[in-house]
Amino acid sequence: MNNSVAKEKIVSLRKKRSLEDMRFKYYGFTAMCLSLAVLVFLLYTIFSKGYTAFQKTIVLLEVDYNQEVLKLTPDSSDEDMEKGKFFRVKKQAIENFFPDLSKSDIKLVKKLFSINVDKEIKDYFLENPEVINTKQQIWVTAHSDVDQLLKGNSRRDVPEDRRKLNDIQLSYVDQLVEENRVKQVFNNFFFTKADSRHPEIAGVAGSFMGSLFTLFTVFILSFPIAIGASVYLEEFAPKNRITELIEVNISNLAAVPSIVFGLLGLGVLLNVFGLPRSTPLVGGSVLALMTLPTIIIACRASLKAVPPSIKEGALAVGATKTQAVFHHVVPLALPGTLTGTIIGLAQALGETAPLIMIGMIAFIPNIPTGLTEPSAALPVQIYLWVESAERGFQEKSAAAIMIILIFLFMMNAIAVFLRNRFERKW
Amino acid sequence: MSNSKILANGVDVYYGSKQALFGISMDIKEKEVTALIGPSGCGKSTFLRCINRMNDLIEICKVSGSIKVDNQEIISEKTDVVSLRSKIGMVFQKPNPFPKSIFDNVAYGPTIHGLVDSKNELEEIVHSSLKKAGLFDEVKDRLNEPGTSLSGGQQQRLCIARAIAVNPEIILMDEPCSALDPIATAIIEELIDELRLNYTIIIVTHSMQQAARVSQKTCFFHLGELIETGETNKIFTNPDNTKTQDYITGRFG
Repeated sequence: MNNSVAKEKIVSLRKKRSLEDMRFKYYGFTAMCLSLAVLVFLLYTIFSKGYTAFQKTIVLLEVDYNQEVLKLTPDSSDEDMEKGKFFRVKKQAIENFFPDLSKSDIKLVKKLFSINVDKEIKDYFLENPEVINTKQQIWVTAHSDVDQLLKGNSRRDVPEDRRKLNDIQLSYVDQLVEENRVKQVFNNFFFTKADSRHPEIAGVAGSFMGSLFTLFTVFILSFPIAIGASVYLEEFAPKNRITELIEVNISNLAAVPSIVFGLLGLGVLLNVFGLPRSTPLVGGSVLALMTLPTIIIACRASLKAVPPSIKEGALAVGATKTQAVFHHVVPLALPGTLTGTIIGLAQALGETAPLIMIGMIAFIPNIPTGLTEPSAALPVQIYLWVESAERGFQEKSAAAIMIILIFLFMMNAIAVFLRNRFERKW
Repeated sequence: MSNSKILANGVDVYYGSKQALFGISMDIKEKEVTALIGPSGCGKSTFLRCINRMNDLIEICKVSGSIKVDNQEIISEKTDVVSLRSKIGMVFQKPNPFPKSIFDNVAYGPTIHGLVDSKNELEEIVHSSLKKAGLFDEVKDRLNEPGTSLSGGQQQRLCIARAIAVNPEIILMDEPCSALDPIATAIIEELIDELRLNYTIIIVTHSMQQAARVSQKTCFFHLGELIETGETNKIFTNPDNTKTQDYITGRFG
């Protein structure tokens, strides 16, 4: 081949090669745009469906704290006050909510209020005992049906029998709106209450705490075990058939479907060891087993990434193997290990199936305060709410998804922070 | 005539089934610089790493024969490798300071061996080691900066300071200047010349000029065998073996 032919060939091929470059650049760009679009669409759907859950509807109610009705006197002790007949006060307040209500109308009006109103009337009184024998205008929580109507989530142009509120109730609501006796405020219940059958007073606090306790258990169990296992496998274990077998099986475990771990928890932790059902302790143990392989793999990868020259340097000045590993190799591998751990925890946070198996799907109306108390977890709560027929739970599930996403986002932020904080260059 | 510090006798090294060293016998004198030269892959570094048992790190590596340091056999199961290595410092081909402060780099050895009882004592050791390594004046104002922020030559001297901080008797150097520029190399060579007064030094080098400049004894390795050993002057002017002659005149290698 003479020189000019070679040059020609190079030139003609060069065009093809640069075209290839361009093509792959655009493939990549398109793929990125597509994934971004999907992400934006997803976030938009969740946000547009869920943001209304952060507001609740409250109604102005005139309550007459009459001592006769309450069966209390101004001198009653605190204990007696607890036992006041607040349901009678509420009944009276509802009867007088609109002028001249018939008995059947009263029933309809009653359904505009949340079941929580009794408690709100009582709490207001207990906080301000001096209001006895006075009439008070207090804002109380509206029923979810009213809430959904005012938020525009349920339609009023469908036939009456397919609506939660009938025509009379609708006219009442309209009247309230006209008289400014109803408004929407920040929904503190969503952040302070646990699950409830009534959408207007259901919140994520219970499942959030449940998830927090579960993740705590996962971290406490899996982090030390994973570090120990990976340091041993990477630095101390003899390279033979048995360690090879263990290594292969760790990778295999990482791919085991999570529900299998749930079955293990059900069969072993609950039935054999008799640990309490539906608790973060059991849920966390099961999820810890699930995340262990992930953390071990990440930890070993970062141990491997530490240059061997560092360990050699330590050994050469007379460090023992343990000293060389724990003074030099492990600290350098820590950022990667922490990142892997947080990725594992994030995976555990979103896991639903194993929790269902060990009973964390139970309806728990209380906020858990410890590892051995029954509780829900965020993903299970979302699952429960999505399943619910009540319209009020739809926005709640979207809002709970937002909470879990924010939780994940914060965990990732911590991972990035830790990585930047501890990362050293060599 | 000074005493024999290291006495190797019939050292064989195998990597798996491949033999890397064939019956190396050598006598290294106290407070001298001995240079190991030879083409790449001839086993100089392998031999060097036998002396402080660094080859233990390589699982497939098997060492047999006898190496005596101060008349103590070190190729043995019973050898206390940790105290052996505190007696024999090592400087590697690529500077490998710990990703810690300059101070901590030097302080690490004395700390783990419990050589110091107080902070002042530690400071003293660190300062004197840095001085001996000819680095103190350059870094005295920034002892808390990471060791990795220094230049290559400074890092290598930091590694030398780290090695001498545990008060060794022997320093092994595995091509300590191969990653450095000529100026840094000259500084290290000068330093080696000074260290000779207090330490026994064995240096592996690819540079014949370097061997000629810094060493008193030179050993020529070829294909895993020790071909010739003798006074540096003699090896470089009038070697006995023709292979040595060929190598130092650049005919192969």
